[in-house]
Amino acid sequence: MMNDMLIPVVGVVTDIRRDTPDVKTFRVVGLDGKKCFEHMPGQCAMLSIPGVSEAMFSITSSPTNTEYMEFSIKKCGCLTDWLHSIDVGQQVTVRGPYGNGFPVEEDLKGKNLIFIAGGIGLAPLRSVINYVRANRSNYGKVTIVYGSRSMDDLVDFEEIKNEWANEKDFNVHLTIDRPQEGWDGHVGFVPAYVKELNLNAADTVLLCGPPIMIKFTLAALIELGFNKTQVFTTMELRMKCGIGKCGRCNIGDKYVCKDGPVFRCDQLDEMPAEY
Amino acid sequence: MFKIKKNSLNKLYAAIAEAQTLYIPCNVNGKPNFAVWGEGADVDLASLKTVKSAKEVFFPQCEDIVSFKTKGKEITVIDCRKESEDFVVFGVRACDAKSFEILDKVFLSDPVDTFYKTKREHGTVITLACSRPEESCFCSAFGIDCAEPSGDVATYFSGEYLYWSPKTEKGLNLTNSLKNLLEIANDKDNLALENEQKNIREITKKLPLYGLDLSKWGADDLLEKFNSEKWQELSSACLGCGACTFVCPTCQCYDVRDFDKGNGVQRYRCWDSCMYNDFTMMAHGTPRPTQMQRFRQRFMHKLVYFPSNNGGEFSCVGCGRCVEKCPINMNIVKVIKAFGGEGK
Repeated sequence: MMNDMLIPVVGVVTDIRRDTPDVKTFRVVGLDGKKCFEHMPGQCAMLSIPGVSEAMFSITSSPTNTEYMEFSIKKCGCLTDWLHSIDVGQQVTVRGPYGNGFPVEEDLKGKNLIFIAGGIGLAPLRSVINYVRANRSNYGKVTIVYGSRSMDDLVDFEEIKNEWANEKDFNVHLTIDRPQEGWDGHVGFVPAYVKELNLNAADTVLLCGPPIMIKFTLAALIELGFNKTQVFTTMELRMKCGIGKCGRCNIGDKYVCKDGPVFRCDQLDEMPAEY
Repeated sequence: MFKIKKNSLNKLYAAIAEAQTLYIPCNVNGKPNFAVWGEGADVDLASLKTVKSAKEVFFPQCEDIVSFKTKGKEITVIDCRKESEDFVVFGVRACDAKSFEILDKVFLSDPVDTFYKTKREHGTVITLACSRPEESCFCSAFGIDCAEPSGDVATYFSGEYLYWSPKTEKGLNLTNSLKNLLEIANDKDNLALENEQKNIREITKKLPLYGLDLSKWGADDLLEKFNSEKWQELSSACLGCGACTFVCPTCQCYDVRDFDKGNGVQRYRCWDSCMYNDFTMMAHGTPRPTQMQRFRQRFMHKLVYFPSNNGGEFSCVGCGRCVEKCPINMNIVKVIKAFGGEGK
């Protein structure tokens, strides 16, 4: 019988890392010990625990990682509560990849890249950042601006500190919302920090975070002279099928699961503001 | 063209049902709906519209996708799809037949929905021309001729006979298997049928919704329509009951759910409605918190978004079921007219 995109495969959780009080990163491989499927940075997958629920998550690991896929998941609902309670060795179902991903082989190639993330918004960008690191000569300078509520809420902090910050031509700028003991870095919201940072308005921006953070950061970028055509963001809506048929993630004539989740900010202006 | 006496139709149903499953409008619990034919079935080809549309034979209201067995931390995926068998759906009106083409654009576009595709491949569609279109009908606005439906076989009632015209290879194969029940129609029959069709088209022209003008709709002015203030008033009485979506032959939104059977988990999909407040609900909220937004989504999808992705084709066939069923008497016709699509 034909394969159907709605029928998942089984994966095993081989590692669980606690990133923050409410974010864990899950490492998943297929039953054969290999990756369940190949993907591109920014693409997503449907994860489920049968009998609980199925939902769409961005794949946070880079496709250049040949051993496993990773998902950084915030505890915020029925399925994610369940996922946060599992132990290593738990099996889950996986299907994908879905969506377009960031244009890493097209528009982003040869460009200086600015990654701006807020909170769990780093998850989809981490895939691109590590893809860029693995294909370093194809991309220019990299600037990372990442903010969170507190020091404890910075996802992938160890990787940022020990790997990204040491990469050649990588500039990492971290910020937290309020002062905190033991933090000697920047304090303040991402949009304000972006304005302080002397960013080059000729560079290409990848932006992901809570809707309110995206809105104000985009306004700050425009103020700095960036054009919306230089800014890529990734969206999230409720999804059931992942293939543009169940109707749930429909905005205007687009389906976020199929036509997105990555959109250029000027494309968003042509869509109804219903996200 | 072939024909069969009306009083021999039961023999025809029996002959079809002997070889494959036959879905046909039957009165079940007092309502006409497509049902599996069996000896003694209360076939109802006189009612113009079944309550639910014929889409159900290709896109069931509830459909199993996959099963799971879980044991401790282990999960086994069980493909519960059955080998599809050939079936016939008889008595599909021109509007419902057209809805299959619209659903095809959704489910057969890449990546293909194999559940739907398999059923389309195994199903033979026998349409039935409308003898008495009703006042809620407006299929002509979408270029549909209810006197000349598409399908693998088109059939027409006239006088004592049901006329039978195979239109595709599938239709010819079915016709060949029923040869001993069908007579060949003569010139006189053809003439009588032509007259009948002419009469039907005359009736169509007298319907209150005839001439409904869709020229203001389509892919253009997407944001202008979306931002119109008219939606507030149009939607103000909407209860969000979703009846319109469930009787609609082109609505295709669905939900995917898990049912814990005790000895395993059954994942199934079922019709859903963009009119419901939890349709887009996520952990952090919903992008369409008001009924106005949900109402707007449904009509914008049918009249603007779908045409934008499908060469101008609307996701409505004018069957009029929503016109009849809406408890507050709001419907797509009123929406079309509110934006300047007055009837002639």
